[in-house]
Amino acid sequence: MANPLLSIENLRTYFYTDAGVARAVDGVTFDISAGETVGLVGESGCGKSVTALSILRLISSPGRIEPGSRMLFEGRDLMALSDSDMRKVRGNRIAMVFQEPMTALNPVFTVGDQIAEVARIHERASKKAAWKRAVEMLELVGIPAPEERAGEYPHQLSGGMRQRVVIAMALVMKPALVIADEPTTALDVTIQAQILDLLKDLQQRFGTSILLITHDMGVVAETCSRVIVMYGGEVVEQAPVDRIFANPHHPYTEGLLGAMPKMGDDRDRLQTIPGTVPPPTNWPTGCRFSDRCRYSWERTERAHPPLFEIEPGHLSRCFLAEEPQRRLTPHEPLVAKS
Amino acid sequence: MTSARARFGRLDAGTRVALVVLVVIYLAAFLAPVIAPYGPTEQLDIVGLKNQAPSFAHPFGTDRFSRDLLSRVLYGTLVSLSVATLAVLVSAVVGTLYGLVAATAGGVVDVVLMRALDALLSIPRVLLLIAILALWDPVPLWMLVVLLGITGWFEVARLVRAEALAAREREYVAAARSLGATGVRIMFRHLLPNVLAPVIVTTALNVGNVIVLEAGLSFVGIGAREPAASLGTMFQDGTEAFAGTWWGALFPGGVIVTIVLCFNVVGDALRSSLDPRQLGAARLGTHTAHLRVASATAE
Repeated sequence: MANPLLSIENLRTYFYTDAGVARAVDGVTFDISAGETVGLVGESGCGKSVTALSILRLISSPGRIEPGSRMLFEGRDLMALSDSDMRKVRGNRIAMVFQEPMTALNPVFTVGDQIAEVARIHERASKKAAWKRAVEMLELVGIPAPEERAGEYPHQLSGGMRQRVVIAMALVMKPALVIADEPTTALDVTIQAQILDLLKDLQQRFGTSILLITHDMGVVAETCSRVIVMYGGEVVEQAPVDRIFANPHHPYTEGLLGAMPKMGDDRDRLQTIPGTVPPPTNWPTGCRFSDRCRYSWERTERAHPPLFEIEPGHLSRCFLAEEPQRRLTPHEPLVAKS
Repeated sequence: MTSARARFGRLDAGTRVALVVLVVIYLAAFLAPVIAPYGPTEQLDIVGLKNQAPSFAHPFGTDRFSRDLLSRVLYGTLVSLSVATLAVLVSAVVGTLYGLVAATAGGVVDVVLMRALDALLSIPRVLLLIAILALWDPVPLWMLVVLLGITGWFEVARLVRAEALAAREREYVAAARSLGATGVRIMFRHLLPNVLAPVIVTTALNVGNVIVLEAGLSFVGIGAREPAASLGTMFQDGTEAFAGTWWGALFPGGVIVTIVLCFNVVGDALRSSLDPRQLGAARLGTHTAHLRVASATAE
């Protein structure tokens, strides 16, 4: 990949809590190219959201981005920027769309006001110009009668409308990268599809890159060109979207795909991955997924697997890459046995 | 959006009465120079008009210096209300800033500020005031405002910090940060409007408290000084000859009680319509009323 837009190398974000050091993000490396939509997938507690907040350097005490983490964005080292330079990046070159559109909007201001605020922060735009901009943005994200809507308060809008407002806020400055943290999770299915279409459409118009955080493989299939699967604060698999669905390598990815409902499937119950994500203060020493894995063996409990290249552009953090015959003898995962 | 009149109509009868009475008292006090028949320290006839019972000429009677009590009560109310209102505003501003800074800064700053506050809270307010006022004699009225103000903001600061800490964790604050807002902008634009409701409630309730406090200090002779009239000094003056001239204590005392009562009624009404935690399952509509009022105050 020539000159990625964002290049993250060995990102580690630790939280120093009373219960010990929580290694929420522990050595994450990936790139995002210009105009690309990358899905970041994993269960709750895998480190997806912390990764997103780390990119914006919005980690506050007791959390810390560890020295040695590298984040290059548009050729600039984000870790080396001063606080005020970093603020100029936030909302301007990198913007974020939050999960809960109700709580992501301040209840005491009109939505127009809140969109206008972004232009006022970054362009020192006049009140009038910023307001005009807010109305344009509302129109852009497909809100009918934008002049009137701009004067309304968040509680007067529906959930889908509010999420459109949040997206409008993120796009005011035409950022190069939008980080969308589960933008559709709080919405019902028909609205979800509309919001995803909107994101796709806006991306094509502005050439924005999107890092889409989700746990919904269906959303990934619909929107992303590449997928990064996270587990236990690490990237466990990374591949183009068609490869992930056609030929998942990591047992965790397999599990995520197996947990998706399929058309024409006559099983009564959905398949699940047994157990839960271990606490980030206490990752297993070997493969972090081993106790929930159907193929685990002595080696996976002892040694921590590196990322193996399965084929160009497809990486997997699993020893099955070296011992593929193990896949033929699945067993009950350890957590299910105890 | 509803009109002020419609909103007034939805209040319960007690609150409506209290609001009207407060408006009348404020108007009367601030119009004292216009409507008072005599000056507050004017001695009309030290022989013929001493200790007169209420009559048409002197509806509240006269005191032992032959001063018209109605006039004195009007001017006294002006002094007491101004002192209390301004002092409470000082408390609200100082307390809000202090609490906001503590909550926004967090970490060590927060700890230091809050421990300092604990220390301040451990000093009894009345004793502190008595000590200062006893040494500072006579104290100018503006200084009384400042003293009452800067000894009254501790609770406000705690309240604001608690509210701001909760508001700070809301996603819209994270959203504002992710869009490049500075700490100061977040503090004033995103936290302040969301903590105003409880500040308004405590401030309303505090006016009553401070009026009583000021009256108490004046009563023991260290607040506003004779011959300037304040309700406290007049009440004290009146009680000295209470048995014979009941009107001397009744009218200033009555005004104090009325003001405090009205502020408490209005404060409680504000609390139940502004404080979402007090709502319970009671009235659903008031939640949006809370948003409207908060946004109105923000603009």
